[in-house]
Amino acid sequence: MALTTYVEAIRQGIWEEMERDDRVFVLGEDVGVYGGAFKVTEGMLDRFGEMRVIDTPISESAIVGAAIGAALMGMRPIAEMQFIDFISCAFDQITNFAAKNRYRWGAGVPIVIRGPSGGGVHGGPFHSQNPEMYFVHTPGLKVVAPATAYDAKGLIKAAIRDEDPVIYLEHKYLYRRIKEELPKEDYTVPIGRAAVRREGRDLAILTYGAMLYQALEAADVLAREAGLQTEVVDLRSLLPLDKDAILSAAKKTGKVLVVHEDTRTGGIAGEIAAIINEEVFEYLDGPVLRVTAPDTPVPYSPPLEEFFLPNKQKILEAARRLAAY
Amino acid sequence: MSAVHKGQRRAPAKRRPAAGAQPPPLEPLRNPGLTREQLLVMHRRLRQNRMLEEKLSALYRQGKIVGGLYSSLGQEAISVGSAYALAPGDLLAPMIRNIGSLLVRGVPPLSLFLQFLARRDAPTGGKDGTLHFDDLGRSIIGPISVLGTLIPVMTGAALAARNRGEDRVALTYIGEGGTSTGDFHEGLNLAAVLNLPLVLVVENNGYAYSTPAHRQFAVASLAARGPAYGVASESVDGTDVLAVYGATRRAAERGRSGGGPTLLECRAFRRRGHAEHDDMWYVPKEIVAAWEKRDPIDRFETFLVDEGHATRKDLRSVEAALADELEEAAQAALASPYPAPEETLKDVYAGNE
Amino acid sequence: MLAKNGRTGARGAEDVRAVAARDTDAVPAPDDAALLKMLYYMKLTRSLEFRIEKRLYRQGKIVGGVYVGRGQEAISVGAAMHIRRGGGETFDDIVSPSHRDMAVFLMQGVPPERILAQYMGRATGLTRGKDGNMHMGDLRHRLVAFISHLGDSIPVAAGCALTFRQHGTDQVSFCFFGEGATSRGDWHEGVNFAAVQRLPVVFVCNNNQYAYSTHVTRQMRVKCVSDRASGYGIPGESTDGNDVFAVYAAVGRAAARARRGEGPSLLEFVTFRMTGHSAHDDAGYVPKAQFEEWERKDPIPRFQEALLRRRLVDGAALREMESRIEAELDEAVAWAEKQPFPDPQECLSDVYHDG
Repeated sequence: MALTTYVEAIRQGIWEEMERDDRVFVLGEDVGVYGGAFKVTEGMLDRFGEMRVIDTPISESAIVGAAIGAALMGMRPIAEMQFIDFISCAFDQITNFAAKNRYRWGAGVPIVIRGPSGGGVHGGPFHSQNPEMYFVHTPGLKVVAPATAYDAKGLIKAAIRDEDPVIYLEHKYLYRRIKEELPKEDYTVPIGRAAVRREGRDLAILTYGAMLYQALEAADVLAREAGLQTEVVDLRSLLPLDKDAILSAAKKTGKVLVVHEDTRTGGIAGEIAAIINEEVFEYLDGPVLRVTAPDTPVPYSPPLEEFFLPNKQKILEAARRLAAY
Repeated sequence: MSAVHKGQRRAPAKRRPAAGAQPPPLEPLRNPGLTREQLLVMHRRLRQNRMLEEKLSALYRQGKIVGGLYSSLGQEAISVGSAYALAPGDLLAPMIRNIGSLLVRGVPPLSLFLQFLARRDAPTGGKDGTLHFDDLGRSIIGPISVLGTLIPVMTGAALAARNRGEDRVALTYIGEGGTSTGDFHEGLNLAAVLNLPLVLVVENNGYAYSTPAHRQFAVASLAARGPAYGVASESVDGTDVLAVYGATRRAAERGRSGGGPTLLECRAFRRRGHAEHDDMWYVPKEIVAAWEKRDPIDRFETFLVDEGHATRKDLRSVEAALADELEEAAQAALASPYPAPEETLKDVYAGNE
Repeated sequence: MLAKNGRTGARGAEDVRAVAARDTDAVPAPDDAALLKMLYYMKLTRSLEFRIEKRLYRQGKIVGGVYVGRGQEAISVGAAMHIRRGGGETFDDIVSPSHRDMAVFLMQGVPPERILAQYMGRATGLTRGKDGNMHMGDLRHRLVAFISHLGDSIPVAAGCALTFRQHGTDQVSFCFFGEGATSRGDWHEGVNFAAVQRLPVVFVCNNNQYAYSTHVTRQMRVKCVSDRASGYGIPGESTDGNDVFAVYAAVGRAAARARRGEGPSLLEFVTFRMTGHSAHDDAGYVPKAQFEEWERKDPIPRFQEALLRRRLVDGAALREMESRIEAELDEAVAWAEKQPFPDPQECLSDVYHDG
């Protein structure tokens, strides 16, 4: 059966939504004629035409602003940031216009802002960022980060159909490395719901994005070497967080390790630890630990980037420490 | 359901050919008063620019370059001509396709190879790649990937220089695509209102990745943006290194004498893709061919020979000497160590070395 | 007072060039009903803002800041006359006003009492207490609420126009901003986007010559905001913003161009900010002589005189209009003052679609 890559899953999701709903359209740099820097929108200009696949100037603020305006007029725009690192150029439009519109005067802004995030590809400081927390910190937005091809398709559809602005973070490292067989029928993945990828009682790893695979590999090692069964939870959605899933994993195992590629301070691990602490402290048998990138920009040279990125080894060290409690 | 849904990829259909920019009318090169020695220095830098990038490209094909590689093939006259027109203390901020300007300033090729190879002794120590480094000793401020950001930065640098009573012009570059950014606007407007000596070289090379100029803006020439900010502007043939040099001199002199910023559009063409991985299939072949006939280095060499400043043999021996130099630098860079992993944590803040 | 760089201060109306538009179609002059409507709204705006700034604010009844457009009414009113209404989603224009465009809200059908309730932070203000002063919007009235980050509304207005083009209608997006906002990156990106996409936007610049305490000569180096237009390849015009006939004509022409698919225009209307930046600012940095000069060019008496000369109104009619307005506003203020504040729990509502 045909296996669909993560990037192709995103493309299919957008394509199907554009077929299904005339209001959906795409705008961004090089998305039309070129099909997108990562080919996410390949073929769409020919199929849907210039009015629905718009090649814009280099103007992230106007790309998002125009998306907001079109959304107010009833459309469902998908704004692409060629690399999610450039989302900072549109920070104001996203956090001050889109996020606060409904709250202030009742007008929803059903836009999707999507782009490739994450490192591990020698991209350096400006092509490897994980900017999620600027937006997780902004009420009125939703933030999702799929890790599987199935979720990539289901979440882009959910994001497009959502009535609120959604930041959709694709992980560029996963684009062509992850493939699976996808259902033929239409489906969505709910925003705000995590997924248990592996069950276990001894400890829980909560993670998202490319780190899911590092966590799963670490879980295999723990099972083989120490007979430890690790519950691995793929958060999928960072805002809203699936609080129930988080608390459930904490109660089930009593030992929680949060892993994210984002930098440490202000990363979502801190938020998760606070939630667990507040609500299910009595169930804990050890502290909530975290494995994250250090508090630096993403460096470029391979040994530096390797030092920077969390990986299976670092996860194992933390997991063993936690298991020993 | 469409073919895509079934997982089949449709072959890309024939594209509407973009209205790609034709070269400007061909004018002969005219010496704006440079000595033979100065002309030969410019020639050497042009060749060095071209050959260094060819070497980088070869290394890229061997899988040795870390990250992306962006070429200035066909645009070297803009980098070299403009940088050469500055005084050594003038502030210079290159963009990604301005390696030639760094060479003019005396940045050693070894430093550049080290940058692209992500080695410990590179100017950024491997923290960032390509030309993203500063060299304040040579009055160079480096770019980041976000286009347009250098313009307000250089406006500020020029302001500081003026406040300190220093006679320094600030020059930076932006592509025609980058002129669509908010930072371009805010930076140029601020420089205009403060009447600062900013020389903004707009490299109109026809394409921003796959986006042709006519999808980027609705004016025929970006020189039209000068009066729209209340500043002087000019448009020159970017394949004519002497025209670029002359126009930059005029702009620098204007800035120095209190005449404020200049927007200098240099028209050329991006003869390679956006980056090494991009084969620019979206550019009509006829346009590329037209610009290949306007190779800036060929034009300049013909001028040098015709004016009696050098023979073809002289020019070839310059190339041969450069080839050896560059090979040596490349080998030295390839042999040099990577940074230690713990270097990742250094220099986030002052006192954090 | 000269601006620090030696250039002279505010321009008088004589310095303004009324640049002729490229198209030769003239917009039909406003008929009598239109003239009376414009007069009414200019006077209503003036009085309403007076009530807010000079009475309610001083009585401590306003929550937060007050921003009025005194002296600039001709711009909002003359322009708003061209905003098409009453035909539904695929007919009606959309407008993104700024804080000096009270008249636009009134002319789009927002009653004075709702605006007063808004300024007083009540539950029945347009934002139900969620935001203050002029940050109002309501899509049913075809009004897009702006935010404090001036310039941000320009790409949004362009986006509305993008959808009109996508749907193939002849609707227009009207976008109002001050000369200060034109310095912002978002302004540039939005105008450039509208230009390159040939979108049906009318960019209305209220050049009242001061952005807070920043005189226009410190804001930009060009003499006219409309000089910026040539950098985008769109038509630019500069007009006396205190002449409601001229405003009406210029905006009418630009709207007609947009409806014909000829893309956006940048219209500059030169006027003067007859108040401080806001009610708490005494504008001590503005030379008194300038206030005096522009007082003599007040758009309302000027318009009234023109209508008196045409015998469209007489003294009695004006007085009748004035007392009608005052009575309306008395009622509106009384209603607004009785409105409840929002329930504290409302703080948590409407962050998202499902509450």
